[in-house]
Amino acid sequence: MTDHFTPDSAAQPDGPAPNDGRRSFIKQATGLLGLALAPPLVGQAERLTALSKKVAGVSEMKLKVNGTVRTIKAEPRTTLLDALRENLDLTGSKKGCDHGQCGACTVLVDGRRVNSCLTLAVMSQGKEITTVEGLAKGEELHPLQQAFIEHDGFQCGYCTPGQLMSGVACLKEGHAKTDGDVREWMSGNLCRCGAYPNIVAAIRQVEKSGFKS
Amino acid sequence: MENFTYLQASQAKEATAAVRDHKGAAFIAGGTTLLDLMKLNVENHNQLVDINMLAFKGVEQTADGLRIGALERMSDVGENPLVMQQYPVISQSLLQAASPQLRNMASIGGNLLQRTRCGYFRDTAFPCNKRQPGSGCPAQEGENRNLAILGGSKACIATYPGDLAVALVALDAVVLLENAKGKQRRVPLLDFHLVPGNTPQRETVIEPGELIVSVTVPAAAHARKSMYLKVRDRASYAFALVSAAVGLDVQGSQIRSARVALGGVGTKPWRSLTAEKILTGAPATEATFRAAAAAAVRDAQPREQNRFKLELAQNTLVRALTDVAAKA
Repeated sequence: MTDHFTPDSAAQPDGPAPNDGRRSFIKQATGLLGLALAPPLVGQAERLTALSKKVAGVSEMKLKVNGTVRTIKAEPRTTLLDALRENLDLTGSKKGCDHGQCGACTVLVDGRRVNSCLTLAVMSQGKEITTVEGLAKGEELHPLQQAFIEHDGFQCGYCTPGQLMSGVACLKEGHAKTDGDVREWMSGNLCRCGAYPNIVAAIRQVEKSGFKS
Repeated sequence: MENFTYLQASQAKEATAAVRDHKGAAFIAGGTTLLDLMKLNVENHNQLVDINMLAFKGVEQTADGLRIGALERMSDVGENPLVMQQYPVISQSLLQAASPQLRNMASIGGNLLQRTRCGYFRDTAFPCNKRQPGSGCPAQEGENRNLAILGGSKACIATYPGDLAVALVALDAVVLLENAKGKQRRVPLLDFHLVPGNTPQRETVIEPGELIVSVTVPAAAHARKSMYLKVRDRASYAFALVSAAVGLDVQGSQIRSARVALGGVGTKPWRSLTAEKILTGAPATEATFRAAAAAAVRDAQPREQNRFKLELAQNTLVRALTDVAAKA
């Protein structure tokens, strides 16, 4: 299992941090194809949706996460997962496999569950991003978070944020009507501790309670 | 992942020209295959052209069948009521593929172009004729349990990994392509993917800068009565060891038309016209299905670790044909 889980501090041992000053020499370019004049920031291009835009090197990006628009500086290759964890200090979303195979990085983008490790931050601008940090309302846990506690839906906890986000989406999609449905539609979230029966029970409890996202 | 320049295209012409005129550029839609392979350094691109703003959308009934926009997502097409009712094999192939998260991301066009899961292709420490033409194919005598028994060559036995294309090739789907000059052409999916031969690096007939616009599927009785049966190492979220896409039009007890394709066993989505010929006009019995299944794998060349696929493919096909014949 340890082979698959990279410690946070060494998430990208060989790569530069997205904000790394060494990269600042890289040409910053934000422009409109086919127009002589380019606007200074991506944010402005974002609003001109009829035209194309170009991003090269470290650039400003605006991400709306859990209802708040935040500005980061990142490269086009920065994944949404790295932007959340490294730029926005939202470390709830986990980097497990970094290849879309384990589901630990699952977040909602415009209400749909996606693997944030295979999503580019630059392509997530203008969208509503919800992470596990956005589930609870203050001190009040989301019903699925409460159900995970009641049913012991985790052991080490590493996959839990992804399980929760995927579970919330699974309920909203109407794919939690039977235990079999939950197992099938939660198959994109692996739990190496094997808490699956308890995860299924937690999701089913929330489904039976009639909760609608 | 190597860095790249990101371009967002608002028109098809802009996107196709940007890829045609820039060496090392690639289109990005869902990015699920592309970013995975770029992180592995199996693919390296210095420019990605985002095509998600293009109008290649919609799932609709046309005068003669079904039209699916290339930018529709797997999850949306898989759960589309029209597709579920009139083309069940397409819906089933989509919903048995990948995970719910990946299906929310991956586009139909990108799915047709997904690349093999051959371990040697995905690991740059090994030679691979597909990745580095001429470097060799360790799979021939190596770890080949998951690899192809049909359509392979001395240069490559990598399996085509997808599910959707297997269903689509069975139903005579046609791919609409558009190039940088704005010129469109239609290619039957049967001719779209290529067997490796001596050029395993060339996987489809698509030209640099060409984009998939849509996929059309003719309506037919065998499309309405169709199914996708996928056999995997685990119950869900795994690539096919073997899969079967079948469609039958049975009148009385006689088969009027049949469609048969196999996944997980071929270097491309594997349609078996020979099996269809045996089924057509024959009684819908197990003996007929067995004969068709035997014909479908007659030219198979299994390797040491994937010999089991020969029997598994036949049993999968017989089960699928039996189940679909029993459908009302």
